[in-house]
Amino acid sequence: MDLQIAMLLAQDGIVNGAVYGMMALALVLVFSVTRVIFIPQGELVAFAALSMAALQAGRAPQTLWLLLVLAALALVVEAWRWKRGAQVDWPSTLVWTVLIPGLASALVSLRPDALALQTLATLLLVTPLGPLLYRLAYRPLADATVLMLLIVSVALHGVLVGLGLLFFGAEGSRTAAFSELRLEWGGMTISGQSLVVVGVAFSLVAVLFLFFGRSIVGKALRATAMNRVGARLMGIPTELSGDVSFALAGLIGAVSGLLIAPLTTMYYDTGFLIGLKGFVAAIVGGLASYPLALAGALLVGQLEAFASFWASPFKEVLVFTLIIPVLLWRSLNSHHVEDEE
Amino acid sequence: MTSRRLTVLFVAALALAWGWLPEYSITLLNYIGLYALVAAGLVMLTGVGGMTSFGQAAFVGLGAYATAWVCTSAVVGEALGGFVAPAALPWLGLMLGLALTSVVAWALGSITLKLSGHYLPLGTMAWGLSLYFLFGNLEFLGGYTGISGIPPLTVAGVSLAEPRLLGLVIWAALLLALWALHNLLDSREGRAIRALKTSRVMAESMGVDTARYRVKVFVLAALLAVLSGWFYAHLQRFVNPTPFNLNVGIEYLFMAVVGGAGHLWGAVLGAALITLLKAKLQDVLPQLLGATGNFEVIVFGLLMLFVLQRFAQGLWPSLARIAQRFLKPEVPAPAVVASTLDQRALPDAGQVVLEARAVTKRFGGLVANDAVTMNVKAGEIHALIGPNGAGKSTFFNMVSGVDDPTSGEVVLMERAMRGHPARDFALLGLSRTFQHVRLLGTRSVLENVALGAHRRGRSGWLAAMLRLDRAQELALRNEARRQLERCGLAAHADAPASSLALGQQRVIEIARALASQPAVLLLDEPAAGLRHLEKQALATLLRQLRAEGVGILVVEHDMEFVMNLADRITVLEFGSVIASGTPAEVSVNPRVLDAYLGGNEAWTEAAA
Repeated sequence: MDLQIAMLLAQDGIVNGAVYGMMALALVLVFSVTRVIFIPQGELVAFAALSMAALQAGRAPQTLWLLLVLAALALVVEAWRWKRGAQVDWPSTLVWTVLIPGLASALVSLRPDALALQTLATLLLVTPLGPLLYRLAYRPLADATVLMLLIVSVALHGVLVGLGLLFFGAEGSRTAAFSELRLEWGGMTISGQSLVVVGVAFSLVAVLFLFFGRSIVGKALRATAMNRVGARLMGIPTELSGDVSFALAGLIGAVSGLLIAPLTTMYYDTGFLIGLKGFVAAIVGGLASYPLALAGALLVGQLEAFASFWASPFKEVLVFTLIIPVLLWRSLNSHHVEDEE
Repeated sequence: MTSRRLTVLFVAALALAWGWLPEYSITLLNYIGLYALVAAGLVMLTGVGGMTSFGQAAFVGLGAYATAWVCTSAVVGEALGGFVAPAALPWLGLMLGLALTSVVAWALGSITLKLSGHYLPLGTMAWGLSLYFLFGNLEFLGGYTGISGIPPLTVAGVSLAEPRLLGLVIWAALLLALWALHNLLDSREGRAIRALKTSRVMAESMGVDTARYRVKVFVLAALLAVLSGWFYAHLQRFVNPTPFNLNVGIEYLFMAVVGGAGHLWGAVLGAALITLLKAKLQDVLPQLLGATGNFEVIVFGLLMLFVLQRFAQGLWPSLARIAQRFLKPEVPAPAVVASTLDQRALPDAGQVVLEARAVTKRFGGLVANDAVTMNVKAGEIHALIGPNGAGKSTFFNMVSGVDDPTSGEVVLMERAMRGHPARDFALLGLSRTFQHVRLLGTRSVLENVALGAHRRGRSGWLAAMLRLDRAQELALRNEARRQLERCGLAAHADAPASSLALGQQRVIEIARALASQPAVLLLDEPAAGLRHLEKQALATLLRQLRAEGVGILVVEHDMEFVMNLADRITVLEFGSVIASGTPAEVSVNPRVLDAYLGGNEAWTEAAA
């Protein structure tokens, strides 16, 4: 390997690492606030990428049907709960079940040619899936154990992968790049797309940082993450934290899908692997620390890039085996037994 | 008709029908048997032990590939050609599979199981994926094409190439495994396993090494998967990586959860349901949707979501409830002669059994305990009192090993206990109750109490599976019953623990602590929730224990109870000792009166 290849691999690693980093952020966010290990995060990435590809091919992505069905179901469930005397937060419910799906339908039916409108349509299609899935699948079990919620996640993952195959078929797709720019730097070519990926990833981190540090909703989410019951007693509604964290997860999933689709061919089940690599990164951070999770993501990206050069068939094995030393280290530092929540 | 008879009847009917069933039914039944073996392991893991794994398919794969490689590889053939007859090769393959899996599962378990519960499933997910890619990329295992030409099993010269014959062996193995697991759960070790799911802190305080038990349950589940994989390889006579992928691992979990993750027969029910449904869906769905692919996973996922939201315990308990109406309760098995339990020699009265030396505990900036020094002697009742938030429960956790002090030393039976887990405290003769009752609510009162005597028995997992532990099990149950009688709860021995009133549940905790025959007994607010007569009975019991030489440390808010009972009293306020001495001394101490009755003017006025 010469320096040029090494630089190329490192660049690849940074770009992929940035995407895994976004996955890891979403996973840590959802887990710390709701205790849900959100396995379907990766499916949202695939849905976004393949919806964008469908839009660019001039077709209406079938994700729209999924969105409309979920929205209708959620509306029925909320109405039924309301009728039985439960508190229902109608404004947010209508945003997720009527407003955004309506906008998404309108935009999709226009068959937009402009990249920006296609991007917006994809974001509107995929983001609401987060809160809708939360309301339909997780909220009824909000008091269940972490383990139960994880099993729900896995069931949901199964449903979404199956639907992905149904919607998009077994063939892979790529989308047009957001930037065709090519930079020559020190004998190395840097594609504009990879700059876009890294730039968006870092801006997202910055925005999240401000959101959690400055905004009242962000602070409420942090409070919920630290002590669920305490936060509820202080008047922070659990529903809000669920909605917001899953909406952020949906948004991050959609953005990641849009970013990675021009760089690699996406299949209906590619998202799962991307999500799992985000998990490896998140586990490095103990499912709690954002900066550590990001560092983990860059590590995973580099490991994968260099493994694909040296031991290509075993690159997945190597990436997933990374969690073993991490878990071992964490395990050696834990002494006392605690009961499961 | 009892449930035992119904089981025998089901097995007999299956055996009788076996020869007449059509080929296709036999094929399905064989697969149900194979899957149920794996699902039974998951029941032990998920429903009983409170852990889970998505990587069971990878363990099945290890079992299948181990025997496939041993039976077909030229290298193995050359190396063993002279010594091992070809018919013995599959058995060698089984041994290899079991050995490999024990090592992998033990390693994977021991690094993840000390951490919180979600690390194991995430670890198994990574492991399941890795193994799939590994199988697919290893040249000597045939890559993604796999290994063909695996010979059939032969037992005593009879070839089991015929699926109908092999199926008999598979089902016999499944039923044997279910019997052994059932026996295991109905034993001393089974009680400890059941405590893993919700009550690890309590189990540790009863002397159970919960991390070790968790690893053992995980290894057991993995070994059952290997057995299934071994049968699979010799049934199919061909292996490739596909049936051992992560999504199949998830399917196994579906089986356990849909069937009923807390019940062994739930595994069989779940395996049957999912297998039959899958066979049907693979016919119907592609026609319906006009495309080919694994669409059944959509239905399975939705089914699972529905089951989890509506029947959190799976389908088996609902089925069992209906059956209960027609079944008579089980008659207890014929008595064996109870063996004797280990007895502890209690220290002489007056000897210091538990000592705290300048114990300090900080949580960040908060000092919960500040240099607390006190001791408990054999044959005395020492009361620890103080206002709410004085640090009594924190102190309790440190002298019972649930938590480590930031500085200072806890000495139990003249041994420094820094860094020792709660189970070591239990082993030295300390037993405790919890302020927030920690019982296994769905298990009987008797079983809960018997858990306290855990370390007084010795029989292990194998003995329990083969029912060689009955004499000891009876002794443990007798001991539990004796303690219940002593505490006045004998009438409730067979009721589920959660059905009793909270005050009575506290007494169950006392009985459980007594079942360990403690030298030091720590009671956290034992009289809370008791009525007057019950309090008197409790006081009588504690006096009796004191006379026997037990050292008792009690945290209690009921002053009348404490003043009449305690030999010595230590008073905590804001984490420090403000007074100690006899009840008479403490009750006139100005600082104590201040802490309890005044000091804070606003509070006094509000109370007035």
